[in-house]
Amino acid sequence: MTTVTYANTELLVDPEGFLADPSQWSEAIAAAIAAEVGIPELSDRQWEVVRFMRQEFQSKGEAPNVRALAKSSGVPIKELYQLFPKGPAKLAARIAGVPKPRGCI
Amino acid sequence: MSGTVEKVSIIISKGSLEGIYPGLIMANGARAEGIEADLFFTFFGLDAIHRSRHEHIKMATVGNPGLHLATMLGGLPGMPSVMTHYMDHKLAKLDIPSIPEFIEMIADTGAGLYGCKASVELFGMTKDDFIPQVKDIITVGEFYALAGGGQIIFT
Repeated sequence: MTTVTYANTELLVDPEGFLADPSQWSEAIAAAIAAEVGIPELSDRQWEVVRFMRQEFQSKGEAPNVRALAKSSGVPIKELYQLFPKGPAKLAARIAGVPKPRGCI
Repeated sequence: MSGTVEKVSIIISKGSLEGIYPGLIMANGARAEGIEADLFFTFFGLDAIHRSRHEHIKMATVGNPGLHLATMLGGLPGMPSVMTHYMDHKLAKLDIPSIPEFIEMIADTGAGLYGCKASVELFGMTKDDFIPQVKDIITVGEFYALAGGGQIIFT
């Protein structure tokens, strides 16, 4: 675990940059993480996926993988990869301040 | 962690269920991690992208010691279908897609699907025999050019 500063807040993150405590998340923090992963400004559609990812984590206790994210959000896999080319579930989870999705599919 | 994988080129050379899934899982998993991935189908692996065959991929029930099934039993008529049906059921329970659905999904992730020219010619096939997601039928030289700068995984 290391400490980083997003939106003037000191936060603990894991070696891959995922927030250690999802409850510390805010939209300003999300924007700062997005900028760090190469998205200077999140589009409305990207926000939609990020918020959905957070909801899924809050209701189910874990972040969905890409397939589950596409199925439950209704955003097709193709579009998810256009929105987050470097891994939709992984990036949306990181920006949403929730743990990295696990699972092989 | 020292070093990262940025790109993989995965070769699928077998036409059995257990010969195809691992390569698909690795390609899909690579894309999910943001790693660039291409799939190259050669020899019997071509069945995985063949329009009429990819829905009928069977598990090998003979010559497959990992199945722990006597060879004589594995050779009985209908055995591959029964065992494949059983395995499909187990895969579906884990929400692992069927081979046709999985391949379509992998194409949607932006991974490239390619067929091996020598094998396509050997089996007397043409590009029209394959699903539309297949980008091209390429030579081994073209494959190496595509694979440049990444890791090559043979399955």
